[in-house]
Amino acid sequence: MSLARVQWPDKMAAGDVVKIRVLIQHPMDTGYLQDFTGKLVPRNVIRMLTCTLGGQEVFRVEPSSGISANPFFEFYVRATATAEFKMNWVDDKGVRGELAQLFKV
Amino acid sequence: MNQLGRARRKGLQGLLLAALPWGWLAWSSAQAQRMNSGQLLSLEDMLQPVVKCAPILQKDVTLLAPILADNGTLVPVQVQVQSPMTAQDHVTHIYLLSQRNPVTQVAVFGLGPWNAKADISTRIRLAGTQDLVALARLSNGEFRYQKMEIIVTESACVDAS
Repeated sequence: MSLARVQWPDKMAAGDVVKIRVLIQHPMDTGYLQDFTGKLVPRNVIRMLTCTLGGQEVFRVEPSSGISANPFFEFYVRATATAEFKMNWVDDKGVRGELAQLFKV
Repeated sequence: MNQLGRARRKGLQGLLLAALPWGWLAWSSAQAQRMNSGQLLSLEDMLQPVVKCAPILQKDVTLLAPILADNGTLVPVQVQVQSPMTAQDHVTHIYLLSQRNPVTQVAVFGLGPWNAKADISTRIRLAGTQDLVALARLSNGEFRYQKMEIIVTESACVDAS
């Protein structure tokens, strides 16, 4: 099951500043909303999301319940060399997610 | 006690029993609603926990978001900080702070010189019309911020507000 998706331009040269778009499939339950039976849905949000490029951390987010369901983030990074892009996240239930993709320059 | 009196007592008991769960429901929904999203925080209250005593200026930050957001559960927000993003002078953190949400600190983003551009965007939840503050922490310990009022027609916290 694909839970996350990451996107960047197809072609890039070394030194370019490229936009990276990240989308994760996650309910991001706030802990304030009720289900159909009137019971509170416990809080379950992504606590920490880190993106590394060739071992170097390039982006980090600590979301709260204020981030929409299926969180989406956009950031820029300077492309220097071909490296492995890795993304890790952990939510309130302790469920860890991971995505690795080759960042080709 | 006659027949009528006994029937009346039964009826009263039934009424009492029927009333009990409703009272409990009302109490539990009151518990669910115990959140401070009703009041609007002042700018000072929003910034103080993060900034402490560091110098802060209202410049260099651009906050791009819709003036009128139809759906509070999904508001696209973009934050740009004018910074050279070199090893000596860069943005280390970007904070998104909400005035009315039950959780004031919406998200914290960690950046560095490798980003080359302090520009992030995301989608956030807003519990009603309020000011949104984008706060950037620079590598020299100073802060920059920008605020913007967003009108929300449909709040993200419908059950609890």
